[in-house]
Amino acid sequence: MSDEVIKLENVWVRYGNLTVLEDVNLTVFRGDFLGIIGPNGGGKTTLLKVILGLIKPSRGRVTVLGGSPESKRGLIGYVPQITQFDRNFPASVLDVVLMGRLGRGKLFKRYDEQDKRLALEMLKAMEMAEFKDKPIGELSGGQLQRVLVARALASEPEILLLDEPTASIDEPTKTELYELLKKLNEKVTIVLVSHDIGVISTYVDKIACLNKKLFYHGSKEVTTKTLEETYRCPVELIAHGVPHRVLRKHEEE
Amino acid sequence: MLDFLQYEFMRNALMAGLLASLACGIIGALVVVKRISLVSGGISHAAFGGVGLGYLLDFDPLLGALFFALASSLGMGLMRGRTKVSEDSAIGILWVTGMSLGVLFIGLRAGYTPDLFSYLFGSILTVSRLDLAIMFVLDMVILLVVFTFYKELLALSFDEEFATVRGVPTRYVYLTLLSMVALTVVVLIRIVGVVLVIAMLTIPATIAWQFSHKLHRIMFGSTVLSVVFTTSGLWLSYVFNSASGATIVLVSVAAFILSSTLKSLR
Repeated sequence: MSDEVIKLENVWVRYGNLTVLEDVNLTVFRGDFLGIIGPNGGGKTTLLKVILGLIKPSRGRVTVLGGSPESKRGLIGYVPQITQFDRNFPASVLDVVLMGRLGRGKLFKRYDEQDKRLALEMLKAMEMAEFKDKPIGELSGGQLQRVLVARALASEPEILLLDEPTASIDEPTKTELYELLKKLNEKVTIVLVSHDIGVISTYVDKIACLNKKLFYHGSKEVTTKTLEETYRCPVELIAHGVPHRVLRKHEEE
Repeated sequence: MLDFLQYEFMRNALMAGLLASLACGIIGALVVVKRISLVSGGISHAAFGGVGLGYLLDFDPLLGALFFALASSLGMGLMRGRTKVSEDSAIGILWVTGMSLGVLFIGLRAGYTPDLFSYLFGSILTVSRLDLAIMFVLDMVILLVVFTFYKELLALSFDEEFATVRGVPTRYVYLTLLSMVALTVVVLIRIVGVVLVIAMLTIPATIAWQFSHKLHRIMFGSTVLSVVFTTSGLWLSYVFNSASGATIVLVSVAAFILSSTLKSLR
């Protein structure tokens, strides 16, 4: 079970003088449920986009499922932040989920029965089946979030990447979503990033902290102690915004 | 009321209105939901350079416009995300370059000063049979391409990054969309002119969007609205002897104000 599905080696992302990711090393194994937490602007979205091959690192190596991110694109499910969407966009829930079935092989072809069946199946899994014909503009934040997860799942991915999946939804809905993800984790590797450190620690089994640099506490054996340690670190990160202090503390241990 | 149909130029004008409505209804819907009306404005003004070149070298200005519009849309699409110049600055530069070239070329043609006005603001009443044929062919190309790539165009407009991650060649789909905008610009030039093309690409689709949540219905709705606007605008310009292109645009604007008011009252 211990094969590596994502590997980042000394990855840097720079825009001019601005360093967004600094010497990031990360290994994700098959079946992991990894939570990456850190403050806004800490590079979380950038990290996901590097894994997706949407952003090329200035330095370093990214390997996904043994190949380059571009070559493995079809195998990664992506759930972007919902804030980026035009809620008035003219598409129904099913239209959106079917986008998960797109790809090079689908050019010049219509969606077939298999595509529709899978899309509906995923909507059902996300408990959104009865909304399939609704315009996306009529959904709540939590509902749209589920639709986006269903869209990512419709591509039958091996890895699921989620960007702030709980950012704009209320507490009960958050718990529900995490329960659903936990269930999905039996089949797919999940990496989710969030600035929301509250609920995340109860569901994920590994936690990394990201603020330009990545602090990964990814031991296989997750004890309450490591969870609490990692849980504390982002609190300090956010409270003081001094990442090197956190690093020093960890080095001392 | 239908007496104006006895003239051939009127029948041609009506036909031109119908052909233009199909192009601007379908592509206008995509322009509006993908929010590329500014790019479309850039392409239509760039096309004026081609109009000028047509006059200068004595070939159909519409073909010149087609060439310039396509070249500029490919240029915009290929440059996107690859240079440090922001997209809206690039659009501005394209916009003025096309216009300036057009004016320069037309000035270079000694002696005879052609009817600049008709390409700037449209002259639906002087549409020739050749123009109609060109418009028909372009319409068919647009229909075929949009029908073939409908789901990719929808995904591109909704979430380009996700489509890229799925392996859709989004750069080429975007290039295709801009090329279709270029063709639509050429279809519309005879109706409303390069300056007013942007009105026909945005107003009918924006109105249709207020009443529908499905892209293909917006395409259908804005095509119908365009037919209504071009026909009624044409008729009004005949009755009041006003400039046809500007009348069509003003009818559309009036309808937009009306529909927005109705929408906000509900």
